[in-house]
Amino acid sequence: MLNIQQFVQPKSLQEAYELLQKNRNNQIIAGMLWLKMEDRSIPTAIDLQHLVSDQIEESDDRFIIGANVTLRMFETHPALNQWMHHVCRDSVKDIVGVQFRNLATVGGSVYARFGFSDVICALLACDATIILYKGGEMPLEEFVQSPYQRDILTHIVIPKQSLPRSFVCMRKSATDISTLNLSVVKKKEQYQFAVGGRPQKAICIQLPVEEDTIVAKKLRSLVPCEGNMRASKEYREALVEALCRKALKKLEETA
Amino acid sequence: MKITITLNGKRIQEEIANDVLLIDFLRAHGCYSVKRGCETSNCGLCTVWMDQKPVLSCSLLCAKCDGHSITTLEGVQKQAEAFAYFMAHEGAEQCGFCSPGLIMNVLAMEQELQAPTMDEIRSYLAGNLCRCTGYMGQMRAIQKYLHRNKEAAHETDQ
Amino acid sequence: MKQINKAVVKKDAYALLSGKPLFTDDLAMKDCLIIKILHSPHAFAKILSIDTSMAKKIPGVEAVFTYEDVPSSRFTLAGQTYPEPSPYDRKILDQIVRYVGDEVALVVAVDEETALKAMKLIKVQYEVYPPVLDFRNALDSSSIIHPEEDYRTLCDIGNDRMRNLCAHDESNYQDVDAVFPACDVVLERTYHTKANAQAMMETMRSYAYIDAYGRLNCVSSTQVPFHIRRILSNALEIPKSKIRVVKPRIGGGFGAKQTGCTEIFSGFVTWKLKKPSKIVYTREETLTASNSRHEMQMRVKIGASKEGIIKAIDLYTLSNTGAYGEHGSTTVGLSGHKSLPLYNHVEAARFTSDVVYSNTMTAGAYRGYGATQGLFAVESIVNELADALHMDPCELRFKNMVKENETLHMYYGEYLNSCALDRCLRKAMEMIDYQNKPLCLDLGDKVRGLGVALSMQGSGIANVDLAAVEIKLQDDGFYTLSIGATDMGTGCDTILAQMAAECLDCSVDQVVTQGVDTDYSPYDTGSYASATTYVTGMAVVKACEILRKQIIEEASILMEVDPSHITFDGDKIEAIEDQKEMLLREFANRCFAGGKGKALIASASHVSPTSPPPFMAGIAEVDVDKLTGEISIHDYVAVVDCGTIINPNLVRIQAEGGIAQGIGMALFEDISYAEDGKMRNRSFLQYKIPTRLDVGNIRVAFESSYENNGPFGAKSIGEVVINTPSPAIASAVAHATGFQVRTLPITAEKVLLRKDED
Repeated sequence: MLNIQQFVQPKSLQEAYELLQKNRNNQIIAGMLWLKMEDRSIPTAIDLQHLVSDQIEESDDRFIIGANVTLRMFETHPALNQWMHHVCRDSVKDIVGVQFRNLATVGGSVYARFGFSDVICALLACDATIILYKGGEMPLEEFVQSPYQRDILTHIVIPKQSLPRSFVCMRKSATDISTLNLSVVKKKEQYQFAVGGRPQKAICIQLPVEEDTIVAKKLRSLVPCEGNMRASKEYREALVEALCRKALKKLEETA
Repeated sequence: MKITITLNGKRIQEEIANDVLLIDFLRAHGCYSVKRGCETSNCGLCTVWMDQKPVLSCSLLCAKCDGHSITTLEGVQKQAEAFAYFMAHEGAEQCGFCSPGLIMNVLAMEQELQAPTMDEIRSYLAGNLCRCTGYMGQMRAIQKYLHRNKEAAHETDQ
Repeated sequence: MKQINKAVVKKDAYALLSGKPLFTDDLAMKDCLIIKILHSPHAFAKILSIDTSMAKKIPGVEAVFTYEDVPSSRFTLAGQTYPEPSPYDRKILDQIVRYVGDEVALVVAVDEETALKAMKLIKVQYEVYPPVLDFRNALDSSSIIHPEEDYRTLCDIGNDRMRNLCAHDESNYQDVDAVFPACDVVLERTYHTKANAQAMMETMRSYAYIDAYGRLNCVSSTQVPFHIRRILSNALEIPKSKIRVVKPRIGGGFGAKQTGCTEIFSGFVTWKLKKPSKIVYTREETLTASNSRHEMQMRVKIGASKEGIIKAIDLYTLSNTGAYGEHGSTTVGLSGHKSLPLYNHVEAARFTSDVVYSNTMTAGAYRGYGATQGLFAVESIVNELADALHMDPCELRFKNMVKENETLHMYYGEYLNSCALDRCLRKAMEMIDYQNKPLCLDLGDKVRGLGVALSMQGSGIANVDLAAVEIKLQDDGFYTLSIGATDMGTGCDTILAQMAAECLDCSVDQVVTQGVDTDYSPYDTGSYASATTYVTGMAVVKACEILRKQIIEEASILMEVDPSHITFDGDKIEAIEDQKEMLLREFANRCFAGGKGKALIASASHVSPTSPPPFMAGIAEVDVDKLTGEISIHDYVAVVDCGTIINPNLVRIQAEGGIAQGIGMALFEDISYAEDGKMRNRSFLQYKIPTRLDVGNIRVAFESSYENNGPFGAKSIGEVVINTPSPAIASAVAHATGFQVRTLPITAEKVLLRKDED
């Protein structure tokens, strides 16, 4: 059972930041969908609904996604999805249900850095960056690999790149956690892949553009997989190749 | 802490525990339609509206609802009647334990989607689990409900 | 018929659909003490010491109970007719814990938070024993799960507890060993079905209080209120007369609630403290510490001529009852007795079974009750036989399937009055355009396969299930129908009222039904074994006939005419010869007006000497992705023979719902354990049940036969519908990929890697 001793809506990000530093068990509450399942005590729960943006802003060269943007908004935002060839929609549409996605936030998904995260997988392939209140802007890839900092994630930034791209995943049942997810962007002579649910954190791999089946075989040899309850190591390795071929096919269809 | 919530159109100002979940607050306030079927945000039984959007009340801190409006099936009885008619005429409520959550999401879907296809309906409602019906009867009821005005108009034409 | 085969809206539909407080936890009094359970972290251990002193010091904690505080009698939680064929092998709390999740202590506090806080302060020392986690290693293991001296069985079930053998049985029709050598083709295969969670949306729960008469009242989400009364009496060592059990609306059961669960805890706490208490299981507790389907491994041998005449089937079933023996000896029986009779023309058949204890969660009843498991094995091997003979699987079935008016050798010699199985299969083939489709079709990225399976079940337990009903004429001429059968969302309160309305020529609205109360409802074994429509339905018909007679008799007194002159059309009571008539309304009011009036109450009970099987044919059309092995249901058609249909809407939902559960079982539902014996599927995050995106298109039709022993010709529907998906889908996948999965579930991984578990 989750126990919260104090619930605070700070007046400023600075105040929120200071609260975070005060006690290592203090915690920012985002969608709370995962946090709720924990059996722990939080001295101070920090609610940033009035401080961190829940809007998607579009500029000439980028989309700036507030960390409080819900997965549902990420899924249905017309301009973002048009630019992204519906990768945003495809990456989250199978996550539990609309009621869940109306609560879960992009910031929460990114900050938690779960291995199976579909959001991170989708964002990694498209050179997304994130903005931390203290740490400033950094590539998502770097953030994913770095240890948990006591900082506040405020924005996720997606550069506007008019490139073919796609997201595919495999689930044991329709709304289960991804057994494996894969996203790809085609940049001139190079594919940029992100593969998650290995089941470890997603990794990024670049490969030269060549015949799909060859790319898929190469990718399989480069993505380390492990077994868990949802799939064996052997099956995940086969899925890397399979999903790669599907993603490349889909990418060409959307190009 | 003290919160102000508009529950089914009524303003409530109340002292609450910091960690009380919305579902427990709602049941304590007589909204017994709100059911809990799991602890892992998977079943959709506890679906209510926050500012008209369907959310899982089991996963939302009541504290975060301060200043927001919450609607449960108790607050949309009239609106829900029309859909209930079609559910009852398919026998698709069965045990009825998941019905309130489903109804709240169907009504929200009707607000949000324009003339959804069957696939879009299935997608929108994927987070509403039901173990009794196999979903077919629910889908028949939903289709008939969404087309009710068309059918009524059609009947008048004849 | 006016009320039979009519899509009457369920009587409770609008209350349920408007979210009214009708369920156990909605009704519990607000000052109930809350019970939380400390569950065992070990699969097999003895409690050496248990220190509750710190927990008891927490303000708000009312009591903490351990094995030292509970009565010593052993009992079973199985909701079955006395004497139960399940061993008396458990206590409310025991010093030995037999699976991860077994109950160690009860914490009783003013609220949940306090109880959970206190629970963390209980200190337990265990002596850990080596557990038996794989049921295939249970028999004669050096770890004996029930060595206790006070263990007892009430029936001869072939029990040998010192061998971990809960039950053993064998039945024969002629000599299989003599027939196999004469067969052109003999196949022998092993199939394995997993434990599945019933996963009804309302988890296990009950509350209890003491009434004005000092009696224990227990309100529970149960399918078996009268059995719960006995279980409470056995567990608490108090007379049944001190106990009342009430069943309000319940949020699904599917067999899970045919086994007692929380009632012994709320009952014990309230009886001990004389204060109201409530216990609501979490989903995790319901998944890990209640009951599930029995996991079974089945070895089947089938012999046939090259023309496709099946000559012999030999089935051996090994069933895992888990830590306790609830429903162990009975479920296993259905794996043979509800599968082998489909091929009743064999020259010989044998069915042997062992049920073993292991240190996994107790198994119990789940829709299909063993038949589901047995039919996966038998229907799969028949499909494999068809493939081996290069014969169409439907054609093979037409050559061999059971027909009306046969004596069923492997079904206790019962005579088959009604069977439309051939029509069911023919119609299913038409619905899916079977004749114009190949069993395997390459679609490019995917391959499409067709697979078929047949199914049967029973209708109640012959000579065991007993249903009583009482019907009263009330003033203004409405009727109250009291039943002990438990509506769990299935709609029996409505269909039994339809039957009464049919018998009494009135509208269904004129017949009032209620939930079950062991003080006020007539005895009924409960809603399980597909019994309600068939057994309780007959009791309704009988009681209504008696009431009709009473109405005519009483009318003859009030109208002063000869009873033989009276006709009653449901509304009007008429004596044409005497030119007298009276409306029912007027008559009923006269009955209550004193004088020659009389309160008219009729009751009847029914036990069926047979359990007529409903039948079903299912055909699955599935797509298998060539790259990932992903399996999706393209189409599923099923045609059911459940005798006369009472309510076409409700019967259809039963069929669709059962098929969807069957699809979940076939494709992904799989209870598994970690190496330490801890269940891995502890939530709906890890135990996935089908969503509306998983089930594809389910299409159902009916081909009714007429069952002479059933009310208006009806048989049962509830369980037969869950049995076809697993074998049909397995065969469709085999046709699409050439790979037959014999251990459920049929996952993309197994198919792509061509690797079964066993």
